[in-house]
Amino acid sequence: MLKIVEIDHLTFKYPDVKALDDVTFSVNKGDFLGIIGPNGAGKSTLFASMLGLTTKYEGTIKFFGQDIRKSKDYLKQIGYVPQKPIFEKNFPATVKDIVHMSLRKESNKNKIDEILQQLWIHELGNRRIGELSGGQQQRVFIAKALVNDPQILILDEPVTGIDRQSIDLFYSILRELNSKQKITIIWSSHDLDAVNQLANHVACLNRTLFFHGESEKFFENDELVKQYSEASMQEHMHHH
Amino acid sequence: MSFEILTFAFMHRALISGVAIAILCSVIGLFLVLRRYSLFGDAIAHSSFGGIALGLMAGVYPLWTAYGVSLVSALIITRIKEKYNISGDASVAVLLSSGIAIGLVIIGFSGGFTIDIFSFLFGSILLVSVNDTILILFLTGIILIVVLLWYRQLLYSTFNEEQAKVSGIPVEKINYLIVFMAGLTVVTSIQLVGVLLISALFVIPNVTAIMYGKGFKQTAILSISFSIFSVVIGILVSYIFDITPAGTIVLLSIGLLAGTMGIKSSGLLSKN
Repeated sequence: MLKIVEIDHLTFKYPDVKALDDVTFSVNKGDFLGIIGPNGAGKSTLFASMLGLTTKYEGTIKFFGQDIRKSKDYLKQIGYVPQKPIFEKNFPATVKDIVHMSLRKESNKNKIDEILQQLWIHELGNRRIGELSGGQQQRVFIAKALVNDPQILILDEPVTGIDRQSIDLFYSILRELNSKQKITIIWSSHDLDAVNQLANHVACLNRTLFFHGESEKFFENDELVKQYSEASMQEHMHHH
Repeated sequence: MSFEILTFAFMHRALISGVAIAILCSVIGLFLVLRRYSLFGDAIAHSSFGGIALGLMAGVYPLWTAYGVSLVSALIITRIKEKYNISGDASVAVLLSSGIAIGLVIIGFSGGFTIDIFSFLFGSILLVSVNDTILILFLTGIILIVVLLWYRQLLYSTFNEEQAKVSGIPVEKINYLIVFMAGLTVVTSIQLVGVLLISALFVIPNVTAIMYGKGFKQTAILSISFSIFSVVIGILVSYIFDITPAGTIVLLSIGLLAGTMGIKSSGLLSKN
């Protein structure tokens, strides 16, 4: 199996607390990894480090065998869907404008229509992004992440505040991207049922890594499952 | 009062310079407005006041010193904002008042030169020379080429900085590029509407255009059209009625904004 992401002894310290403490795991090509853990477990810090948004970590992160501190070239192979993209509601950009922002090669412009069609948002192409529902916006941001044919898709809890029907559609899109287009997916989620159905690997993060392995092994372990479903439900208690 | 005014050479220069400045201010202003940096143009303009006073005192062509002072203060304020985490509006306020303060002190030391300063405060588009016009056209050309070449990066980092970074766009450099182009644009535009009304050209046509609910390019084209309309009609009307062009231009663009608001609240324009 080809390791395309290697996280090695990753520690991230804020002045008064360790957000990540000695986290080590790797992701193989073609994996669908679900990262679970309560709010404040360090998932966003992990993603920010992996995406090169911060370098204030200890340890190493490698993509495709290359230390990401040395080169940012790996970002060309990554599509990223943020948790809830923040933008002005009346920002004058259409769906096509938004997807076009990510497009690296102008010669691949027909790819925009292709990807919008694939995600069933083709008819929304000329609408402004701020006019769309949460679920539609989310599909636009997936389209934007996919337009350069990335090898890896990284998604940060992307179903926050989205209706059930859109979430189901979103999950079926993810499954197809992983199984048919062989895109490696790294996905953080609160939804244990969805992780059970979709992911083939699970990482349980709560500042340290409590579990990393095949999802069957995780869901066979009743104690771990119980802990993480409780941890998710009691996330507001976390600070006590 | 006929088409005769269109035969005067000074009117040709005024209209050509005015249209170039209108296009420039709309394009740069759109990025500033969307970055919630609407008053940045105003702040640079006020700091250029210090530069103008400096030039008048030193006997140098005031716009050259204005370019220098504006660009330096724009870059300093961007650096301070990043380093000390001061909010955008507060940094704009600092820049704005320092420029005026420096200008006033210099004017005080020089015993005052109120007449010259007046034309920079309120613009003097009917007085632009051939050299001014050439400079305005040259800068407009350069800045528009830069915007077209870096269009995707400029738009992306304006839309969402974090995502732009993840896509490998050098966001910090792009931020400096915008500030630098805004500095050049402001000083270039001083001759049209003066220091005090510059932000009107940056902000009003863009706020109007954004209300039409179109995509980015169409919004930019609408804004440029509104701006050119206000500037051309403003210059002609002000000449015919012997009133100040700057005030007329800005009032016309406010009229377009009010008209758009009226159309919108009557339901003729789709909501967004």
